Amino acid sequence: MNKTTLKYSFMRSLPVMAGYIVLGIGFGVLLADKGYSFWWAVLMSTVVLAGTLQYVGVELLATGASLISTILMSLMINARHLFYGISMLKKYGKMGWKRFYAIFALTDETYSLVCTDDVPDGVDREWYYFLLSMMNHSYWIIGSFIGAFIGNTFEFNSAGVDFSMTALFVVMLVEQWEKSRTHIPALLGGGITLICLIVFGADYFLIPSMLIIAAALLLLKPAITKAEGVDEA
Amino acid sequence: MIDTGHSLLLIGAMALCTMFLRFLPFMMFSKGTPKVILYLGDVLPNAIIAMLVVYCLRNMDLMAAGHGVPEIASVLMVVVIHKWRHNMILSILTGTVIYMILIRAM
Repeated sequence: MNKTTLKYSFMRSLPVMAGYIVLGIGFGVLLADKGYSFWWAVLMSTVVLAGTLQYVGVELLATGASLISTILMSLMINARHLFYGISMLKKYGKMGWKRFYAIFALTDETYSLVCTDDVPDGVDREWYYFLLSMMNHSYWIIGSFIGAFIGNTFEFNSAGVDFSMTALFVVMLVEQWEKSRTHIPALLGGGITLICLIVFGADYFLIPSMLIIAAALLLLKPAITKAEGVDEA
Repeated sequence: MIDTGHSLLLIGAMALCTMFLRFLPFMMFSKGTPKVILYLGDVLPNAIIAMLVVYCLRNMDLMAAGHGVPEIASVLMVVVIHKWRHNMILSILTGTVIYMILIRAM
């Protein structure tokens, strides 16, 4: 690892920082509100590291949900991570010991960064993946700690800061759009998800979207491969 | 709060399920990856990032105050600024500030 890698990783992690800290605070406040001390929030953010699931998890804990419904909920909410793994097979597959942590810590936001990156010269790719994951993970833990520890004691009107996560995905979409020779996958992904959102509603659209996107990408493989040439990673 | 044992059990389940989903592709294809999966790996990022953008906007309510204007306007702003300067921090910062102003103003 060198200084360039450390600096690059930190710069890339910056857009995630504000979002994770604020969303982490939100999570910590909710959990503390249910009577859990701050250690619980820190524990959950350390071992689960999945925003939406942790927010839902607060309710599961508060209502004393059964093990089986917790498992089903976790699998349903996080099924999209299967796709992250599939698209990182090449980049993370041969990384040595660092891959275990990088795979463990592959959140939506970290994924959006690492799947878009053209890592510049002088940056150690493996250490970058590792460090970026660790920095993002620590922002999430720090936010959860602050939220659970300080809780509602200070009023800070942060409504809307979470939009920075949406903005991050939009930026990555623009970057990928400019680099891709074919826009079929992006159009399919956005279009199918939008239609599924309208048809199935906000609580149930994610899994049908994933299945239909995968099917559509496979069906259109000849067209996409042809449009794409050999490039694209 | 419910009892410590059951709390730990549920948190453990959430952690293990999430890890399972994150590690599964790597475990399944540790000994060589079929061509079709490599193909999916190549084209999925574009599709999934577009999916995530929609996912983030899933709770946008066109009927509520604002009618989705803060979301749509801020997303477009991020696109325009990023096309213009290609500076990730600038695009995200500007978009977020505009969004925060719009949701308070509308």
